[in-house]
Amino acid sequence: MLNISGIHEGFVLDHIKAGESMQIYHDLKLDQFDCTVAIIMNAKSKKMGTKDIIKVECPVDALDLDILGYIDHNITVNVIKHDVIVDKMSLHLPKEIRNVISCKNPRCITSIEQELDQIFVLTDEENEIYRCKYCEEKYEG
Amino acid sequence: MRHLMSPLDFTTEELDKLMDLADDIQNNREKYAEICHGKKLATCFYEPSTRTRLSFEAAMLNLGGSVLGFSSADSSSAAKGESVSDTIRVISCYADICAMRHPKEGAPLVASLHSSIPVINAGDGGHQHPTQTLTDLYTIRSLKGDMSNMTIGLCGDLKFGRTVHSLINALVRYDNIKFVLISPEELKVPEYIREDVLEKNGIEYVEIEKLEDAMPDLDILYMTRVQKERFFNEEDYLRMKDYYILTNEKMELAKKDMMVLHPLPRVNEISVEVDEDPRAAYFKQAQNGVYIRMALILTLLEVAKC
Repeated sequence: MLNISGIHEGFVLDHIKAGESMQIYHDLKLDQFDCTVAIIMNAKSKKMGTKDIIKVECPVDALDLDILGYIDHNITVNVIKHDVIVDKMSLHLPKEIRNVISCKNPRCITSIEQELDQIFVLTDEENEIYRCKYCEEKYEG
Repeated sequence: MRHLMSPLDFTTEELDKLMDLADDIQNNREKYAEICHGKKLATCFYEPSTRTRLSFEAAMLNLGGSVLGFSSADSSSAAKGESVSDTIRVISCYADICAMRHPKEGAPLVASLHSSIPVINAGDGGHQHPTQTLTDLYTIRSLKGDMSNMTIGLCGDLKFGRTVHSLINALVRYDNIKFVLISPEELKVPEYIREDVLEKNGIEYVEIEKLEDAMPDLDILYMTRVQKERFFNEEDYLRMKDYYILTNEKMELAKKDMMVLHPLPRVNEISVEVDEDPRAAYFKQAQNGVYIRMALILTLLEVAKC
């Protein structure tokens, strides 16, 4: 059994689908933060069989976790302060996603101006549909 | 400061006021002849367009203003690799208002986000063409009195035809509108128009292939050109381009007060023999385009509010 110690302040992202933690690591841009990150892959889970877990030691206001709602709203977010869980955040679909997914429409302005922010807007919450802010093309993953 | 990216940027009440202003301009040309003296319109056209650009320029000149701009990407700094956002920042230093056409969808929106002058979307790829929609709505109101209680046939290239997308978006806000979407399978309206606009608003519509089947039911027939520049493949274009041709024979199937609109230019989709039919309204539509663009320029410059 592998042991990873607890964190003093930060987040524990639990119940990540097995194998998806590295993608989330990049989507949350954790590689750009000066903080300690532990990625646990293929941990045993009664609910899921196997799961990934990410522990991030950082100030609790340092990360924008909205994007997690888009990636998988079943992920559990525990907020840690002074070594104890002070909050369990519920995830919602973000109204807007910036620079996480890219428009695939070859006629979109983003196809020729690569420095533009890739912005997707939630246009249909019920069906979880995001559309490119510029060309309105539906994002299909 | 307001921009115009989509016909939905104006409420139906604002559209009514804009059209009232266009009526007033049409009836009192002298009153508006010098109202924009000293103001400049920049026409930034990254792809060829004769009539939209000339319509904008005529509109500004009719208002006593002046115009500057470019008519293809080759003759602009885009050929040197300048971004749309940089271009509009520079244009903002030279002009008071900008009409932008661009082959890439969303380019005018990018411009509006970085502009210090009002930006009008004069057509972006196969996406939106709001001033054509304003022209279409204004023509429908002029001919029919208002925009409610109508069956509208849209025929031809409904996939890439941005005028069609913009018009559907605008018309669904009026009461008791029905659409007959007439196109070959390959050129049907995109699913975002079907799902997010028609179905979401509970609008009655049918999709059919034969124009003749629709003719007796229509109050408006909106013909479109199959646009060569939207196809990646020449073969597909050649197969589709003469799919629909409106003739006098087909016009005989229509109601006596049905009106034919077309955003122009036409190629073969309306036979010239139909031009003599009093129900052919497409040249009147082109004239209305100047009046409604005059009203739009005045409104966005806040010279006269709609």
